[in-house]
Amino acid sequence: MDLSFTPEEVAFRQDLRTFFTTAIPQSIRTKVLEGQHLTKEEIITAQRILNANGLAVPNWPVEWGGKDWTSVQIYIYQDEMQLNGVPSPLAFNTSMVGPVIAQFGTDAQKKRYLPAAANLDVWWCQGFSEPGAGSDLASLRTKAERVGDTWVINGQKTWTTLAQHADWIFVLCRTDPTAKKQEGISFILADMNTPGITRRPIQTIDGGHEVNEIFFDNVVVPAENLVGELHKGWDCAKFLLGNERTGIARVGTSKARLKRIRELASLEFSGGSALINDRKFREKLAACEVELKALEMTQLRIVADEKNHAKNKPNPASSILKLKGSTIQQTTTELMMELVGPYVMPFAASDEGDGRNEIGYGPDYAAGTGPTYFNWRKISIYGGSNEIQRNIVAKAILGF
Amino acid sequence: MDFDFSEDQRLLKDSVDRLIADRYAFESRKHFIKEPNGWSAEMWAQYAELGLLGLPFSEDLGGFGGGMIETGQVMEAFGRGLVLEPYLATVVLGGGLLRHAGSAEQQSELIPQIIAGDLKLAFAHIERHSRWTLNDVAVTARKDGSGYLINGEKGVVLHGDCAGKLLVTARTGGAQRDAGGIGLFLVEANDPGVSRKGYPTQDGLRAAEIAFANARGVPLGDPDDALGVIERVVDEAIAALCAEAVGGMGEMLAVTTDYMKQRKQFGRAIGEFQVLQHRAVDMFVSLEQAKSMAMYATMMAASDNAAERRQALSAAKVQIGKSGKHIGEEAVQLHGGIAMTMEYKVGHYFKRMTMIEQMFGSTDHHLAVLTDGGGLF
Ligand SMILES: Cc1cc2nc3c(=O)[nH]c(=O)nc-3n(C[C@H](O)[C@H](O)[C@H](O)COP(=O)(O)OP(=O)(O)OC[C@H]3O[C@@H](n4cnc5c(N)ncnc54)[C@H](O)[C@@H]3O)c2cc1C
Repeated sequence: MDLSFTPEEVAFRQDLRTFFTTAIPQSIRTKVLEGQHLTKEEIITAQRILNANGLAVPNWPVEWGGKDWTSVQIYIYQDEMQLNGVPSPLAFNTSMVGPVIAQFGTDAQKKRYLPAAANLDVWWCQGFSEPGAGSDLASLRTKAERVGDTWVINGQKTWTTLAQHADWIFVLCRTDPTAKKQEGISFILADMNTPGITRRPIQTIDGGHEVNEIFFDNVVVPAENLVGELHKGWDCAKFLLGNERTGIARVGTSKARLKRIRELASLEFSGGSALINDRKFREKLAACEVELKALEMTQLRIVADEKNHAKNKPNPASSILKLKGSTIQQTTTELMMELVGPYVMPFAASDEGDGRNEIGYGPDYAAGTGPTYFNWRKISIYGGSNEIQRNIVAKAILGF
Repeated sequence: MDFDFSEDQRLLKDSVDRLIADRYAFESRKHFIKEPNGWSAEMWAQYAELGLLGLPFSEDLGGFGGGMIETGQVMEAFGRGLVLEPYLATVVLGGGLLRHAGSAEQQSELIPQIIAGDLKLAFAHIERHSRWTLNDVAVTARKDGSGYLINGEKGVVLHGDCAGKLLVTARTGGAQRDAGGIGLFLVEANDPGVSRKGYPTQDGLRAAEIAFANARGVPLGDPDDALGVIERVVDEAIAALCAEAVGGMGEMLAVTTDYMKQRKQFGRAIGEFQVLQHRAVDMFVSLEQAKSMAMYATMMAASDNAAERRQALSAAKVQIGKSGKHIGEEAVQLHGGIAMTMEYKVGHYFKRMTMIEQMFGSTDHHLAVLTDGGGLF
């Protein structure tokens, strides 16, 4: 047992930090650290810089730009990105469709899609959930029928994050309506400009536009857009969701947020004294830090243990990362609200709909606090809700 | 001990409940919010017609002569409907300050205008660094001839954008956080020395930032010693907010349990999952605890024992804050994605509860007040 990182790992971290803090524009990193929304262009800019330096898709196979890093190195990479406000590469591209195509796709598909996904030349969105299929994803009804050399897709997806920016969508479709529910599903790619696809924005409670409904009305895509085996899309989905969970603890993000809350607490006053002098407030911060430290150690244990697990078979303990990571992130939004007190109340939506204070009601940093608290309730809902995570752990520890 | 309403109170409750059920459907609210003031002029006229705007005022001024119980009944119904109109600002806060601090002439001039629905008021007390400390006042009032000149800035003034008159706390003497030397001043909203920037709040209501530059103020009560009356009226407002919150929480629980019966996943209603049933039960427990404390607040808000009243109202605000947060967050979680949308009802209640927690002191603030005051028992 040794808590310290090896000298090589320490140097690795230092190199990444130097790179992130010099190569990624300060303006973008500040926005991330302050919890502001990024524009599409800023997200693309950041990812292209990472990609140009071989840092957008370290988790991919080496021949497609991956790094063959140890899981500890991947962890350090994510942590440093989050600590320094570097926007994570677009998850739909780099931890969802990319790895699925790399694992299950044909050579032609890999050549066509992977480089463009890594460089964010093509923006992907995730067409899994439907109005009737949320937690019970396998009950999805959007269907794809084989007609000649094409798939004809009909149905509806929902909650599709950032589909307004997307060029392509990966869609779970029912291809065999007679099979048992997990067994008749296929993983199909569709160009968002295909006739018959329409998007409708959904406004979230914070006033923002980040999710959409997507309607498929006789959408015809080439047969070659099927990824993996016919009717075996559920394997792709499970593989993908396993990848999704490991990035979900966001320890670095929470560390950066707590640091910022501590700084801002000397700018806010209560009874004439800065809030940072309020013992109760400091104790709440400290309590959150303890939870976060425990989560960090848990994550490191899980990361270290990965070498003992078959690759791509996530440790069930990774559900803990989702459960704790989500609640800690949510707690940081509550601390931010407590910090600004009455100035959580003004709502000033900009065009971006991010509740950003443009006209100057109270301090700048107050504007996003309410919207972020409201919006981040999503973290315990998506990516497998916290109830579903508990079901997974229950099964693991009780066997029922 | 008697928790029953009188016959008059029952009638009032029935008529307000019916009004909100008939006229304040969630879809109607979506239209009201788009009106120029951000609330419905027509509903305001309805409240006037039903006598709700005259509820707490004495009968010789044309009021209903009601007390905190009646106010609580109205506020609970308003909470259920997520009402947008400036009732708290005008009738509870503004009206309360007039009742407790106004001279006979001020009362007989202004109260009938409130009752008729013609006058809206707003209470301007928060400052950039005052947070919820009522005696933390930097805005100044300087004697000038027969009146006062007000200078400084107030923030997050609830419905400060539509009010015809502002009730402003300002310092005539003493240091920034002294209890003495605080006055309460009536300022015309269209005084040339007043500039206002109105905006929506997170929950869809309205507020304003207001700057005073030699604005003319007329004292309401003792210009050097108004803190006691301010505290009293804020306590009444807290009791009213507690009742409103209970109405909102009850609605959230009802919508959530309804949804749990209808929403199917894995081939069954999600309400059949026992783990979700228990979560709904915990929400119910939180609601009942909140109801009890809202009642306690209603009874205690009229107490003349300021110290006892302070402890009671802080205790109630703590419970309401905790229950509102618990029920709001759980209502969203148990719905899943649908509750994250602007189109759906529940998120709006969640946002209102969150703002109520911040109004007149957060849970932690009141816990600290209670602790410093020596606790309840
Ligand atoms: C902001 C946001 C972004 C999203 N982005 C995307 C995206 O890009 N692409 C995409 O495909 N999807 C996306 N989703 C969808 C997300 O994955 C679903 O919301 C999630 O799977 C939950 O489904 P649901 O909302 O239908 O809730 P439901 O499944 O209806 O769940 C309702 C409640 O019941 C609980 N529940 C359900 N089943 C059980 C059970 N067996 N035991 C105990 N409790 C249970 C849930 O935990 C929840 O509390 C997004 C969602 C949100 C909110």
